[in-house]
Amino acid sequence: MRREIPLIITGVVGVVFLLQYFIPHWPFDEMSGWFSDWFSIVQAFAIWLGALNLLKISAQKVIGKKSDWGFAVVIIVSFLIIVIVGLTGGEGYRETGTGFSWLYKYVYSSLSATMFSILAFFVASASYRAFRARNFEATLLLVSAFFVMLGRVPVGDNISFFLPDEYQLSQIANWIMTWPQTAGQRAIMIGIALGLVSTSLRIILGIERSYLGGGD
Amino acid sequence: MEHVALWIAAFLTLGIYSFLYKDNIWYKLCESIFVGISAGYWFVVLFWDNIYGKFWVGVFPPKAYNDAGELVNSAEPDYLLIVGAVLGVMMISRLIPKIGWVSRWPLAFIVGSTSGLYLINYFTSNMMRQVEATIIPLFGMNYELSAYDIIGNLVIVIGTFTGLVYFFFSKEHKGWFGRTAKIGIWTIMITFGASFGYTVMSRMSLLIGRIDFLFGDWLGLIK
Amino acid sequence: MSTRAKEILVIGIVLLFSIIIYLGKVFGWVEVIRFSPLVSMILIGILFLALLYILVLTLKGHLIERRAVFLFVAISVALPFFMTISQSARISPEVQQLYDNVSELPKGSKVLVSFDFDPPSAPELQPMAESFLHYCLLNDLKVIIMGLWPQGPQQANLAMDRVLKKEDIIAKKLRDGKDYVNLGFQAGNEFVIKGMGADFSSMFKSDYSGNSYHDIEIVKNVKNFSDIDFAFNLSAGYPGTQEWVQIAVDRYGLSMGAGNTAVQAPMMYTYVNAGQLKGLLGGIKGAAEFENIVDYIGKGTKYMLSQSFAHMIVIAFIIIGNVAYFKNERGKKKKH
Repeated sequence: MRREIPLIITGVVGVVFLLQYFIPHWPFDEMSGWFSDWFSIVQAFAIWLGALNLLKISAQKVIGKKSDWGFAVVIIVSFLIIVIVGLTGGEGYRETGTGFSWLYKYVYSSLSATMFSILAFFVASASYRAFRARNFEATLLLVSAFFVMLGRVPVGDNISFFLPDEYQLSQIANWIMTWPQTAGQRAIMIGIALGLVSTSLRIILGIERSYLGGGD
Repeated sequence: MEHVALWIAAFLTLGIYSFLYKDNIWYKLCESIFVGISAGYWFVVLFWDNIYGKFWVGVFPPKAYNDAGELVNSAEPDYLLIVGAVLGVMMISRLIPKIGWVSRWPLAFIVGSTSGLYLINYFTSNMMRQVEATIIPLFGMNYELSAYDIIGNLVIVIGTFTGLVYFFFSKEHKGWFGRTAKIGIWTIMITFGASFGYTVMSRMSLLIGRIDFLFGDWLGLIK
Repeated sequence: MSTRAKEILVIGIVLLFSIIIYLGKVFGWVEVIRFSPLVSMILIGILFLALLYILVLTLKGHLIERRAVFLFVAISVALPFFMTISQSARISPEVQQLYDNVSELPKGSKVLVSFDFDPPSAPELQPMAESFLHYCLLNDLKVIIMGLWPQGPQQANLAMDRVLKKEDIIAKKLRDGKDYVNLGFQAGNEFVIKGMGADFSSMFKSDYSGNSYHDIEIVKNVKNFSDIDFAFNLSAGYPGTQEWVQIAVDRYGLSMGAGNTAVQAPMMYTYVNAGQLKGLLGGIKGAAEFENIVDYIGKGTKYMLSQSFAHMIVIAFIIIGNVAYFKNERGKKKKH
């Protein structure tokens, strides 16, 4: 029954959400409303699970004095600081001026923004070392990228000032984005949608069971 | 206090950037702080907005009274939310390997909900509406479109159709089918090139934002 | 001197300079640095010569070290901040479409703004948010803010703090709860949108500050999407514009425009083409264009020169790499 009950849950919930499109009245609208509310709560607990798992792994690292256990201490301390500040702040915990908003603005925002901005350097380095026009298709990709990169900044029009208005780089970039790019994206989107529809159907019907994991 | 805050933010920013030189303790320290703070941030926000804000307030709605002490505003308790909380607690059981199998129930609930919703959503919005937008009068209803629009419509129709042909791998790409798929791959290469251009724009924007912070907010050298 | 000693020396010098410049900022010794147009041109010339040098080295078979590439990128992105070169952004059709849709809204219309992004995406989306909110508040549109990402409503507050300090907005004497409200965040991704389609109050029991939904004047007559005149979604990933289009637009008929990070924006063109989106701002260029069209001086426009330099540098590196590649390939073919 450890695998059968989850399969039944998946099937029932999936069918309710399917049917409420076609019968948006009682009982399916009410059931989908309950399920939507439960989903919000379960998802919150799912993310809590991730956070607590991180704490568990870090604690195991510290207790076992594994390599880099010092940084695991930093992880635990950072976690506890923001949690204590946030939970003791009451409902207005993130109002401007609170400890939580300070941590958000100067620590969390700085770190997360910087982490992602580091990719800019790697994009440039990878472009220099690896981006080669080895064949026609790669050349097409490069040329398209050049037109879009130049056309999407004002310097593109500065470079192509001698061309008629409708043939300047920004207009070419607009044309690429509006027509051929849209066509390619649409083909990819339709392909993904078809795959997703078939996978969802397999999950609801219980054919696809990989999400249950292995074992009993 | 703002001075301390700016220096802490700058210290953390430069610590992350020190990775560009080489992996070092400063970077590892900042990375660990980031991991801990991120997890804690989500923990707190989800507690107040969902577990307290939705579940607790839903099950035990606050009562409001007027100056005369009369009850003026009280929602009915929604006891069904307790089912969601029970499922949530079952999810946490995953931390204990012996009873971890219990988490399959809430997992099944999430997977089932998402599958049911996605099936119709993707079918209508990402497939049917897109196909509808591709079956268009190429020259307008009365040949009124400009050359620009006609060429654009032709590109959309041919590009989408050949792109889909390319993704059909059940038949070998030979002969006319192969030639059609070839045009499809050209369209997709243009798409990927445009996506690469936009990705460069996005990543550079993030870097520009941080440079603005370092030279503007921190050092005050730029406005 | 050992490498370790050199590293410590460099860190020490950087720290010392930072302290001096910071103290200069605090006590007013150091002012904002602006290069004249002549100096700006000279610096551009130096960067160009540096690129030529890299080209020569690469042609000789010496791929420059990646740390040199990183330094080059950093300098190229930072220098434009000090230059006095102005650039104007030509308006794209999808940005114009968004503006046309918003400008047609009568006074008092309810505009839902969904903040679905976090701090890493702020350089691109925050300028869009500020210019859009400013336009709405200036033109007497009622703004209802919410977020599907937990950081979204906080980013919204940062944007509102800046916008509410503008003189033209102060003059309007706007009130929280009457002219604008921040409903906060709700976990549940697309299920929140679905729930809002039936009843907003089922998803948002209170606003960001804890006031009960039913006590907030601006949402008194707002039950679901049919009571919203226009929506604007700022999105950096999942959940975001795609989910809003799939549920709010296609199922509930909401009229919606979007602002996306440049990574996501190319995919949204399909929705614009199909009429599902009523306009799109893509990346920092979209932000700059919208600031231009609504006459708002913001960071989008400020960042465009650095953006131009960054793109030119990446293109230059790609060209250098490929020139060297083709030269090597030709050399190999001649040998055979």
